[in-house]
Amino acid sequence: MRHLLSAADLTLAEATSILDVAAEMADVQRRPVKKLPTLRGRTIVNIFFEDSTRTRTSFEIAGKWLSADTINVSAKGSSVSKGESLRDTMLTLDAMGVDCFVIRHASSGAADQVASWVRAQVVNAGDGQHEHPTQALLDAYAMRAHFRKIGSTDTSGGFAGKKIAIVGDLLHSRVVRSNVLLQRTLGGEVTLVAPPTLLPTGVETWGCPVTSDFDEALADADIVMMLRVQRERMAGGFFPTEREYAEAYGLTEERLAALKPGAAICHPGPMNRGVEISSAAADAANSLVLEQVAAGVAVRMSVLYHLLGSNEGAMK
Amino acid sequence: MAEATNQPAEASRVVADAPELSRSLTRMAHQILEANQGCEDLVLLGIPTRGVHLAKRLAKLIEAIEDRPVRLGVLDITMYRDDLRANPTRRVGRTSIPGRIDDTVVVLVDDVLYSGRTVSAAIDALRDLGRPRAVRLAVLVDRGHRELPIAADHVGRAMQTAADERVQVLLDELDGRDEVVISRPGGTR
Repeated sequence: MRHLLSAADLTLAEATSILDVAAEMADVQRRPVKKLPTLRGRTIVNIFFEDSTRTRTSFEIAGKWLSADTINVSAKGSSVSKGESLRDTMLTLDAMGVDCFVIRHASSGAADQVASWVRAQVVNAGDGQHEHPTQALLDAYAMRAHFRKIGSTDTSGGFAGKKIAIVGDLLHSRVVRSNVLLQRTLGGEVTLVAPPTLLPTGVETWGCPVTSDFDEALADADIVMMLRVQRERMAGGFFPTEREYAEAYGLTEERLAALKPGAAICHPGPMNRGVEISSAAADAANSLVLEQVAAGVAVRMSVLYHLLGSNEGAMK
Repeated sequence: MAEATNQPAEASRVVADAPELSRSLTRMAHQILEANQGCEDLVLLGIPTRGVHLAKRLAKLIEAIEDRPVRLGVLDITMYRDDLRANPTRRVGRTSIPGRIDDTVVVLVDDVLYSGRTVSAAIDALRDLGRPRAVRLAVLVDRGHRELPIAADHVGRAMQTAADERVQVLLDELDGRDEVVISRPGGTR
């Protein structure tokens, strides 16, 4: 792997290796000394043109725990706010000898563009409504841990035949596309659930069933992944009221009770309690929300190791 | 050190067979106990891949002699290697440490001692896990050609080798037989 731009870039061997190494990195987090010397002398720049707390912080911690020098650049206060183009900004930083850029940008395709300009390796930490591959990887990590906890012994991860319902605002979500692409490789069966107004164009080409009947999809789902209603992008009147949305597409207490035994709940956060997910579901014993957050650093350490911990990330 | 797929190439010779290997391990078990005066605060840590199995065997032998359990673990050193960037991505193995290692005597166990770089990485890794009272090194084969000032405390067999030769330890658990083989692969090391 030279870059991680899309979840579709990963082969099954690479994705499985990332999840396996992440499990080792999670063990390192329980040690008194959490630092590994692996990426000593490498420089990682986290450049975020959009606000983010958990993604940026977890990438920063991940880099630091692998002993890389990590530097954060945010668009506010940088030369971007003086009108410099994305290309000039990236080429300037690249010329300073950076080894890796972790980039978040509001425009879909920004990470691919940057990768074509710079010498450094690039990790896509979210580009517009397009992709967020490390989020899909940490979702997969939390799901796999859950499958193993309930008794799966499948060493390749146990995704084969598992039914994953992804529910909610698919239109504005970059998480959903990365999850669909990653599960295509891992073998999970994704069903998309959303009101017709919140379906992205071209969703019929994604190769997974699409429905607006949440209760039907819920009945045989092993994982229910709730997506955030992105209020900040909701000026267009995509649904009548939040109450009506919660009624039809929220994981209410009634739907929580209707989950099949062994099924678990995911949410990439931040959650709108009472809208797409009820408090009862968010805090339920089978909710993986905190496991997902905890996996964030370990999975990103693993991704950085796979990219930077070898000669150009070539797989053995 | 040795790769996971250990099949001897052509032009190979067996330098130790199963009974010899077993005698070496028994002697090492006695040596470790003697040097440590018992196994009370002893922790055996195997270095993947073959060091793990050798550590298991040593633990079994020590337990048979002392009639009490000995602490056994695995120390993966991949993330501490100094040659990561020269190679394709290495798989990271599982590290499992049996409890705290502070104030214990850690015996690192590996199959072949060659450049000393693996052991050096293992010492770095240990430093992040705690502060043992002492760290010792037990290897089945010492083949010379050190690149660092490192010496083993307990050696099964020391042997003279040429730098372009390959020393492979075959173990029943992984390879179906116990043998030490020296081979000279055609042009590659």
